[in-house]
Amino acid sequence: MIPASFDYVRAATVEEAIDLLVQHGDDAKLLAGGHSLLPLMKMRLAQPALLVDIAPLRALSYVRDEHDHVAVGALTRHHDLANSPVAISGASVLAHVAGQIGDPQVRHRGTIGGSIAHGDPASDLPAVLLALGATMVAQGPTGRREISAADFFVSFFEVALAPDEVLVEVRVPKSSPGQWGFEKLTKRAQDWAIVGAVAVRSSSGVGVGLINMGPVPLRASGVEAAIASGKDAKEAAELASEGTEPSADFNGSLEYRQHVARVLVRRALEKVGV
Amino acid sequence: MSILGNRVLRREDPKFLTVGGTYVADLELPGSVHVTFVRSNMAHAKIVSVDSSRAKAMPGVIDVFSNDDLGLANFPTIMEMTNAAMTPPMLASGTVRFVGEPIVVIVAETREAAADAAELVVIDYEPLPVVIDPVEARKDEILLFPEAGTNVAFTLDFGGDDTLFDACEVVVELTLANQRVAPCPLEGRSAAAHMTADGRLEFSSATQAPHGVRDALVSFLGLEPEQVHVVTPDVGGGFGAKASVYQEDIVVGWCALRLGRPVRWTETRSESMVGLGHGRAQVQHARIGGTRDGIVQAYRLDVLQDSGAYPGFGAVLPFMTRTMTSGPYKIARAECASVSVVTNSTTTTAYRGAGRPEATAAIERMMDVFAREIEMDPAELRRRNLISKDEFPYTTPVETVYDVGDYHRALDLALEVADYEQLRTEQSRRRLSGDVRQLGIGLSCYVEITNGLPDGEFGAVEIRPDGKVIVRTGTSPHGQGHVTAWSMLVAEQLGIAIEDIEVIYGDTDVVPRGAGTMGSRSLQIGGAAVNQAALDVIEKAKDLAADLFEADRGDVVLDKASASFHVVGSPAVSHSWAELAAAALAKDGGPLFAEVDLASPGPTFPFGTHVSVVEVDTETGKVTVLRHIAVDDAGRIVNPLLAEGQVHGGIAQGVAQALLEEVVYDLDGNPLTSTLADYSFISAAELPSYETRFTETPTPVNALGAKGIGESGTIGSTPAVHNAVCDALAHLGVRHVDMPTTPMRVWSAIEEAAARTNAKGQG
Repeated sequence: MIPASFDYVRAATVEEAIDLLVQHGDDAKLLAGGHSLLPLMKMRLAQPALLVDIAPLRALSYVRDEHDHVAVGALTRHHDLANSPVAISGASVLAHVAGQIGDPQVRHRGTIGGSIAHGDPASDLPAVLLALGATMVAQGPTGRREISAADFFVSFFEVALAPDEVLVEVRVPKSSPGQWGFEKLTKRAQDWAIVGAVAVRSSSGVGVGLINMGPVPLRASGVEAAIASGKDAKEAAELASEGTEPSADFNGSLEYRQHVARVLVRRALEKVGV
Repeated sequence: MSILGNRVLRREDPKFLTVGGTYVADLELPGSVHVTFVRSNMAHAKIVSVDSSRAKAMPGVIDVFSNDDLGLANFPTIMEMTNAAMTPPMLASGTVRFVGEPIVVIVAETREAAADAAELVVIDYEPLPVVIDPVEARKDEILLFPEAGTNVAFTLDFGGDDTLFDACEVVVELTLANQRVAPCPLEGRSAAAHMTADGRLEFSSATQAPHGVRDALVSFLGLEPEQVHVVTPDVGGGFGAKASVYQEDIVVGWCALRLGRPVRWTETRSESMVGLGHGRAQVQHARIGGTRDGIVQAYRLDVLQDSGAYPGFGAVLPFMTRTMTSGPYKIARAECASVSVVTNSTTTTAYRGAGRPEATAAIERMMDVFAREIEMDPAELRRRNLISKDEFPYTTPVETVYDVGDYHRALDLALEVADYEQLRTEQSRRRLSGDVRQLGIGLSCYVEITNGLPDGEFGAVEIRPDGKVIVRTGTSPHGQGHVTAWSMLVAEQLGIAIEDIEVIYGDTDVVPRGAGTMGSRSLQIGGAAVNQAALDVIEKAKDLAADLFEADRGDVVLDKASASFHVVGSPAVSHSWAELAAAALAKDGGPLFAEVDLASPGPTFPFGTHVSVVEVDTETGKVTVLRHIAVDDAGRIVNPLLAEGQVHGGIAQGVAQALLEEVVYDLDGNPLTSTLADYSFISAAELPSYETRFTETPTPVNALGAKGIGESGTIGSTPAVHNAVCDALAHLGVRHVDMPTTPMRVWSAIEEAAARTNAKGQG
């Protein structure tokens, strides 16, 4: 529970952070809220030589109304997102889910960008961003680029960010309050989901995301297609486990997780009136 | 007016709520060095070689020691009956028997350097077959101690009567898991040691029993008792697991002697999860029989106790389980036998209830299973079989003598508070409508034993010349509130305000003797000792006052309202406590003082009834506790606030065992629950607001009329919640779900029952 020694630099700007990433390559890690990285370091499962602390870059902590979407700064803490009036009115599912992560201590330290960039399939936010059709904005030495949520989560704990890129913003298409359902099964309130499901209704249809049902957060496209073709919640939800390969552990066998996914997707769909 | 029975606020709390406590790790110890243990990452292996050379050469490392360097004897067996071939060395030598067993100790200038050096120690293992399941261990196919020829560490067998169930119309049986759990005190193990200028070893310890730590250091390190001084600063919980001395404690003391520098050690949470003793860990087979109209006639419990890698206190827990075999029921014939085996897992020890929750869990689950078999309401079955209040003292079939109780009153009150009939109506409604969320109602009538060990306790009361009081106690509180409670007891006797009473504990120089705080013993033996010392000091004061008044001693009275003595009928002339303390000093040159070594008058038997109401999501298996009603009777209650605090914490831990907590190993003996992310330590979010009530049936066993309350919560609550979960599923054909009733386990039970029903339907 004591990390290996490391160097620490507090970045004054995003550009400085990027410079440090360019200089140090894989030896450097960005530190935001620290709630994913620091436990790994304490267990000595991660031993970065340099930590680049970007948490003080408060300019990247915001929730803004940008006409057709809500823009969330990558260093916005879960607590701030959960309580943001802009998020509550324009992306209420995101605000709700942020308010359900971990416990109050975690929510006051953890950031949306840190959670997304960590790429943990058991985390809640990635699946929500998938269902919402969000866009990530990354900044690197040559400037900014946009990455769709669908392209962002590459494999187990791996995302589409280059080693010298910093995730700076998350853009979420606006959705109407009440037009979503979020279901998470945990043993304890603070736990990662054994399985979670989210459904969001928008003008383009119903998006469905799955938490902890495979090596990456998933979009339940089979379910979405079934709804588009007029199936009801029960019928559509039967497809929720199709093609999923959740891990098995003492909290859930593969069969159990697939069953729960079907139940939770059905419940989420019922909340959006499917 | 008596102060006893009032909700006096905890005198301990202002410090904790403002500046916080001072724990061992907070102690300033200039020039101290840090100890880290390199622990086995193999569950069972021969140690082929240990290469510490790189660690030793690392900057900041002072020295590295293995067991051969220590030259210390193995830890002795806890009791003579446990297998003498199974003693642990101070550090693993030759063989490691569980993941987490210490092999090498590193002493370094900083904690960080010690942790880095630990990574440089190269240990070459030759893996041995691993046995984790006590049922497998019992087969003696894989032996932890080949020289012992068996894995059996301890056996309790009083023989069995083949005709035990012959008269019974109905007999049911069940195998139950009382799973292994981790005590998880918020503060892990911690020790600091240094040699004082006058050549004594001063040892600070996060312990429940400082005198026990002193005695162990004296014995293992070859010192004289007066050479060792043990102190406990604030201790962040123990739950029984800190009642024992650990190998690491002795090694820390040894390092201080060897190096002549202050040495400190504080384990990390991950170490604590595998190093601090685990609790429970029984596989039980229970059989219950009786008449169709609900008279239980016979009961037998066979316990397979998992001792972990070495037989410690855990190995002998079945003693306590057997003592409480038949619970609060009048069962004509009851037997209990046990076998304790070693396995490649963390050694088990006492954990809040220590053997009694296991007994209650078994009998209470079996009462429900029996009730279901004869189609009787479980509350009614209990009512018909509880021992009546006019039958005490009551001797059970295993020769336990219960002091006093009114078990029916506790049951009736709990049912009334719960509104039991209404709950059953709501349950029926949900069953009929096929609600996804089914209601479960669980009962647990319990009786337990407190102050069950034979130790007495030390208590002393001293009146200072300024009229203030110093109380010394051999108990060692670590959250219970003894400062408040003992102040109240002394204030009650002496008439002195509690603000003027100081309570001293946890220092072997200032408190000469003590057994410590465990087994819910403190009030009834430690508090009673302090109470007796207060009474004795009054007698001494009366002697002094009689001299001052030149009156007959028998005419001197203590007026508690004014905290002064006068001659009966002449209250105008009085002497205060301060004046009498001065008189004592003038007369004898010593303080006005009384000390008591109170011999144990024997155990008492707290009891009660808990009712739990749960909701089970039958689609996911998730259980939510809606209500928990606890009626507890611990005899006379000195301070309801403290008693409720004990009940509240106990219920939390008890609910956790029923629903969530379990130490899990994989087949290779790797612990899968060595962090609090993986181990489901319960939080407030999983618990409802409790509905607690006390009935008070004073015990004749001690002068206070008090029984223990520290463990009732864990003993009463676990079976109530467990029964409630099983009750919610009963109509679906589920007979039993083992603890912890996690979502997957509950769902699987529903699925299996449905499959059985379908198979029958098709058959």
